[in-house]
Amino acid sequence: MNLNFLDFEQPIAELDAQIKELQQVGLEEKRDLSKDIAKLDKKRQKLIQTIFADLTPWQVVRVARHPQRPHTVDYLSSLFTEFDELHGDRMFGDDGAIMGGLARFNGEPVMVIGQEKGRTTKEKVHHNFGLPRPEGYRKALRLMRLAEHFAIPIITFIDTQGAYPGIDAEERGQSEAIARNIFVMSTLKTPIICIVIGEGGSGGALALGVGDRVIMMQYTIYSVISPEGCATILWRSAERAPEAAENLKLTAQDAKRFKLIDEVLAEPAGGAHRDFAAASEGVREVIARNLAELQAEKIDILLKKRYERMMRFGLDSHANSQGK
Amino acid sequence: MSWLENLVPKVDTQEKKTGVPEGVWTKCPKCETTLYQRELERQMNVCLKCNHHMRIAARKRLKLLFDPGSFSDLPPSIEPEDIIKFKDTKKYSERIAAAQKKTGETNALIAMRGTIHELDVVVAAFEFGFMGGSMGAAVGERFVQAVNCCLKNKIPLICFSASGGARMQEALISLMQMAKTSAALARLAGENLPYISVLTDPTTGGVAASLSMLGDIIIAEPGALIGFAGQRVIEQTVRQTLPEGFQSSEFLLEHGGIDMIVSRKDLRDTLGRLIAKLTHQAAITVAA
Repeated sequence: MNLNFLDFEQPIAELDAQIKELQQVGLEEKRDLSKDIAKLDKKRQKLIQTIFADLTPWQVVRVARHPQRPHTVDYLSSLFTEFDELHGDRMFGDDGAIMGGLARFNGEPVMVIGQEKGRTTKEKVHHNFGLPRPEGYRKALRLMRLAEHFAIPIITFIDTQGAYPGIDAEERGQSEAIARNIFVMSTLKTPIICIVIGEGGSGGALALGVGDRVIMMQYTIYSVISPEGCATILWRSAERAPEAAENLKLTAQDAKRFKLIDEVLAEPAGGAHRDFAAASEGVREVIARNLAELQAEKIDILLKKRYERMMRFGLDSHANSQGK
Repeated sequence: MSWLENLVPKVDTQEKKTGVPEGVWTKCPKCETTLYQRELERQMNVCLKCNHHMRIAARKRLKLLFDPGSFSDLPPSIEPEDIIKFKDTKKYSERIAAAQKKTGETNALIAMRGTIHELDVVVAAFEFGFMGGSMGAAVGERFVQAVNCCLKNKIPLICFSASGGARMQEALISLMQMAKTSAALARLAGENLPYISVLTDPTTGGVAASLSMLGDIIIAEPGALIGFAGQRVIEQTVRQTLPEGFQSSEFLLEHGGIDMIVSRKDLRDTLGRLIAKLTHQAAITVAA
């Protein structure tokens, strides 16, 4: 079993192995096996499509958490130039779980902020597995205010299981830090684009998630509580997380259906981790298009729309609020 | 266990003998003193012996807070609804109906306009008995309605939190109420209208991480549980025992998270004093 593939991805892994073997044989025996390889590749594409055409919500959760899934750092290097990382909240410390700084997107200055989980063990520890502490949110807030001050648009990448549940985090006011970010972002006088690139875990995600455009990639999740947490509350068993995932309507399509986000960004066949270049191009296009739209708008109109959009959260689906 | 039954006098038989009807006595959950219900109500559900602040129904709280006869509910707003068809051990629609029957409220948040020491204010209060005071679309809408009433009449807002957090049964819609309520508060702040947040037991999760912690002034009742993450989750994450009094009002005061701790009986005067100063009005007169 290949650990870089999820259980339902294993058939893809097997075909990948076969293709690799054929290529090897062709090379070693100097035989032209391109026809066979092409045939297998076609089969692979079809298989990927079949598997990913009908993922259950729980499978989407697992893709969103995929060990190979692109992170904030990956988009930072593929989409931006001149990334100058800025550190610290100027009050307590620098939180590795949230990265941020000034960069250029298509040559124009932007402020980029995102949660980073890390990939190697060392990185994971440095980034605290992408679980931010209050100083992380306060750093993000400082950078966002800096961006506002110099009329620079903000792009956030959301990828966290949630805010860090620790003693120190509570001591330093985790609730206040999250609340303050949401509060300030709702009136920040500069365009904000938020993109969920992996996990949108509860308040810890929302603290970077208030803006003029909220976009979810196709195989990401956004949820009020983790499926495991929900299952524990409902059935006292985290093992029923797959059922809870169904319940929580946490996929991008659900969030769009309930008008809580603006756009679902399609991913390459098999997910962003199968073809990072294509995934990255998709993100580039979505940022470029939305940024152009937002920058064409007057700031007071932008803020009015941002506000009105938030005020409708949950109302559109309400039977007894029609026409309100 | 029959030997034990012989040793311990049966409470209900005693009650029958003395002819005292049920519900006359309440045991303090903290010091276990048996308290006379009517006296307890006079003390606003605060234990006479140990000062433990027991939970109190939102409507009862507001009745004790406002000047007599000065207050009324804001016009009816939307009621909670099973929008996403949440599968639970019990249907969400049934849970709503049961909560409405139990509390006599349509929603987990009530909002009233009235006067405190003759100062015109809007006060919102979470009803913890209504599904743990959890915040869904109807609570968010009610809160925004309260903010809008303040904006329209240029008056301050007070909110009493008592909530476990976002309502799981409305999933992401609940989470987004954090954004909705916080954005409304940003408008209130933009108009320089005061917002005082009073944290009562318990104030946790998504409610703590939004409207509760955004007060211009944040007050807590003594001994309330206040925090973002659940204690069991924290214990499992950090694998150490939580310090004594962790996530209590006193803990927050010590760490600079709140402005003050005020006993329930003093809240009315404290709120009056603060609001009068913030809105440049004459000092309130407090009966000696």
